[in-house]
Amino acid sequence: MPATDMETFDFSKVDAVIEKYNTEKSWLIMILQDTQTAYNWLPQPVLERVAERLALPLSHVYNVATFYASFSLKERGRHLIRVCDGTACHLRRSTWLLDEVRRELGISEGEMTADRMFTLETVACLGACALAPVMTIDAKCFPRMTPEKVKNVLTAPRQGKEVGVKETEPARKEIKADKPKASGARTKLAPKKRRRTGGK
Amino acid sequence: MIKSVQELVARQQAARENFYSKKVRLGVGVGTCGLANGSREVLDSIRDEAAKQGLGYAVRGTGCVGFCQAEPMVDVLVPGLPRVFYHDMTPEKGRDLVKGLAQREFHPEWALMRLGADCLLVETERRLVGELNGLAKVPTIEEVPFYRRQLRIALRNCGFIDPEDINEYLATGGYTALAKVLTTMPPEEIIDGIEKSGLRGRGGGGFPTGKKWRSCREAHGSPKYVLCNGDEGDPGAFMDRSVMESNPHAVLEGMTIGAYAIGSDRGYLYVRLEYPLAVENLALAIRQAEQEGLLGKNILGTDFSFTVRLSRGAGAFVCGESTALMASIEGFPGEPRAKHIHTAEKGVFGKPTTLNNVETWANVPVIINKGWPWFAAIGSEKSKGTKVFSIVGKVKKTGLVEVPMGMALREIIFDIGGGIAGDRKFKAVQTGGPSGGCLPESQLDLPVDFDRLTEAGSMMGSGGMIVMDDRTCMVEVARYFTNFLQKESCGKCTACREGVRRMYELLERITRGQGTLADVDLLQEVCEYVRDNSICGLGKSAPNPTLSTLVHFRDEYRAHVVDHKCPAGVCPALTTFVIDKDTCIACGKCRKSCPVECIRGAKKVKHEIDQSKCIKCGSCREVCPVDAVATA
Repeated sequence: MPATDMETFDFSKVDAVIEKYNTEKSWLIMILQDTQTAYNWLPQPVLERVAERLALPLSHVYNVATFYASFSLKERGRHLIRVCDGTACHLRRSTWLLDEVRRELGISEGEMTADRMFTLETVACLGACALAPVMTIDAKCFPRMTPEKVKNVLTAPRQGKEVGVKETEPARKEIKADKPKASGARTKLAPKKRRRTGGK
Repeated sequence: MIKSVQELVARQQAARENFYSKKVRLGVGVGTCGLANGSREVLDSIRDEAAKQGLGYAVRGTGCVGFCQAEPMVDVLVPGLPRVFYHDMTPEKGRDLVKGLAQREFHPEWALMRLGADCLLVETERRLVGELNGLAKVPTIEEVPFYRRQLRIALRNCGFIDPEDINEYLATGGYTALAKVLTTMPPEEIIDGIEKSGLRGRGGGGFPTGKKWRSCREAHGSPKYVLCNGDEGDPGAFMDRSVMESNPHAVLEGMTIGAYAIGSDRGYLYVRLEYPLAVENLALAIRQAEQEGLLGKNILGTDFSFTVRLSRGAGAFVCGESTALMASIEGFPGEPRAKHIHTAEKGVFGKPTTLNNVETWANVPVIINKGWPWFAAIGSEKSKGTKVFSIVGKVKKTGLVEVPMGMALREIIFDIGGGIAGDRKFKAVQTGGPSGGCLPESQLDLPVDFDRLTEAGSMMGSGGMIVMDDRTCMVEVARYFTNFLQKESCGKCTACREGVRRMYELLERITRGQGTLADVDLLQEVCEYVRDNSICGLGKSAPNPTLSTLVHFRDEYRAHVVDHKCPAGVCPALTTFVIDKDTCIACGKCRKSCPVECIRGAKKVKHEIDQSKCIKCGSCREVCPVDAVATA
C-alpha cells in the first residue's frame, strides 16, 4: 500500500467534490462516491478530510464508508472486474466463471493483483439478467460469459489497451496447447487450494 | 419554455409531425442489454452508412423493447408503412439494411415483427397503413407469442422513442396528464381517482397508492417530499431499469402529478449505483424538462413548482426498504426503522413523505389520461392494472413482459416465455426476488397478483420470475438466497443479523454433505423465529426461499442429509457425474468443454470422466447432445 502522508497528500480532488455538493452533510454518500471515482479508492486521509470539511464525526463517515458495499477502503487496481452473482447469472453457473477469473488472476474477491492492474469484486445483480452470466470490466459489460472466454476478455487491458466487447471468442486453442507439463510443475489449471497456501 | 397548456399542445403537435414526418426513422436499442450485445457499433454503422449515402434518415438510439436476448434490435419507420422491428442485428446487417431501404428492400428475413399501428404508445394511436412491399411475411405483433398477450402500460414507449430527446416523449402525448391535472383537477379529485383505480405499489409491497397519497396530504408538516424508489435490488429483476433508461419522463411526469396531489414542492429520485445508464438518462430528462418549464419553478406557467434531485445508491440491497432509502438520502447507513410512525407522516428529514416505486409512478399519467374506470377494468378483483415481469433463468425467451394481473403463471412461462430452455422439465419458478419463494409445477395455475402467490408461500414482489429446470437444486437455491440476504442484512436487529447467518450456516452444511435431519428441523425453527422477530421486510421475508423449498421440495433435503446425494447434480460434494457408455457417441464435446481436462476419450472411443480430477462443474452435462452424462 502506498504511503499516505498527510503533508504531501493531494486533497485538491476531494476538496473539489465537496465544493460541488455545497458542503452539504446529507450528500455524504454522493460525495464519497465522486471522491472514490477521483482517487479510485478511499484512503484514510480523504475520509478525515471529508469529516473535517462537513463537520461530521470521523466515526460517522467511517460508518457510512464501511456500510455500503461499493466503497473500498483498500487500494484498487486500475481495472475493476465485477462478476455478477445475481440469481439468473447464478443459475447459469456464474460460480464457475468466478472460479476461472480467480484462477486466471490469482486473487480472490476484494483483492488486487500484485501488479495493481486488477481488482476483483462480485456484485449481486447488474440488471442484465437475460444475458446471464454477466461480467464487467470497468464500464464494459460482457454478456453470456463462459470460463473459456475469460482469458480473451482480459487480453486488451493486460496489454494496456481499451477494454472491448469483441473479445468474447473462446480462447480454446490456447487452452489446448497448454498441455499439462511434466509432473511436479503446476499448470494454470491447478486446483485453487494450491494457490491459497502461497498467496495472501 | 412552455408556459401554458396551449403551448404544450402546439409543441406536442409539432413533435408528432416531426416524428411521423416524411423522413425514414431508424432506432437502435441502446439500453444496457443492447449495449452489452454490441448495439453501439450497430448504431454507429447505420448512422455512418446513412450519412455516406446522403439519405437524410433520422437515426438515433432508443431504449429497450423488452426482448433482451434478441438485442441488438433495430426498428424502422418508413412514412406510410408499418413499423418493423429487426432482431440480432450486427454492424454489417445494419449497413445492408440501410442500403436496402433506399431501394425499398426490407430484408424480411431479419425482421421479428411489424406493427400495424403504434398501438403500444398508450396515449397515441396512429394507424400506419400502406403497401407492404414484401413485409407480408413478417408476423404482426399480434402473432408473435412473446408480445401477443402483453398490455404495455408502464412499458409504453420503451424501445419506441429516444429517451434522450424530450420531443419524442411529447410526440406520444407526454405531459398531457400533467397539464390536465394542473389546470382542471383539484388535488382531492386526483387522489380520489387514484384510489378508485385500485393502483397498488408496484415495488412489491402492494400498498394502495391512493391511500398513501391521502395520508401524506393530510399529514402535518412542511415541506413534504415525493420520492421515487429506483433501487431495484432484487437479483433477476430489471423492470425499473428499463423504464428509467427508456422512458424517464414517464416517471418524472408521474412524480410531478403526485407532488401536486399531496402538496409537495420537492423530491428525490433514488437510483441504485449499478444502473449508470438509468442515472444518466434520468439526469438528462430532468435537465430537459426543467428547460421546457415542465419541471422546476412555475410548471406550465402555473404557480406550482416541483424540483427533483437525483440521489445514488451505494451498493446496499436493504436501501430498497423505504426507511432505509430515506436514511441513505440523508447521508446515513441504510438501517430501517420500525414503522410505528408511518413515513407518510414522518419520513425523510422527519417530514411527511410519499415514496413510490418507478413502475407505480409510470402508471400515474396513463390513469389520469384514460380515467380510473379504464384502469380498474384491467386485472383481477383486488389487483388492478398490469404488472411488468422479468422472465429469466431456464426459459426459452428471456426478457420483460407486461400483462394484466391475474394471468396464470403457466401462461406467462409457457405461452409467453416459450417453455423450458432445451425442452427440459420444469421444476420450479422463483417469484418475488429474495423475499419470495419457489413454487412447483402443482402451483402453475395460480393467477399472478398481489395476494394469490402470497397465500401459496411466495409473493409477486417486484416482478422477478426466475424459471428453474430439473438441473436446479432447490436446497442450493435456498442456500444462495440466504447467503445473499445475510450479506445484505444491515445488522441492526438480532433476529435478522444472527438468525439469517445461522440459516445460511445450516444450509451450507447441508449442501456440503455434512447436514443431518436434526439440522433440517433446526433450520425450520430458525426460519420461523427470524420471520416473526425482524424489524423490517428484509428480515421478515428472508426465510421465504427456505420455507417454501422446505414445504414443496422436502424430499430434496432428505436426499441431501439421508442419502448424501444431490438429485439435481449441483452440489459438488454430493454429486458424481458418470458418462453412460451405451449412450455416449464419442463426439468429444464434453472433453473440449471440461475446464480441468479430466475426460478421457477420442473419436469412436467412449468417453470417461476421471473422478479424481473432476470438479463437478457440470459443463460436460450441459454440452452433451445425447444426455449421456448422468448423476451416479
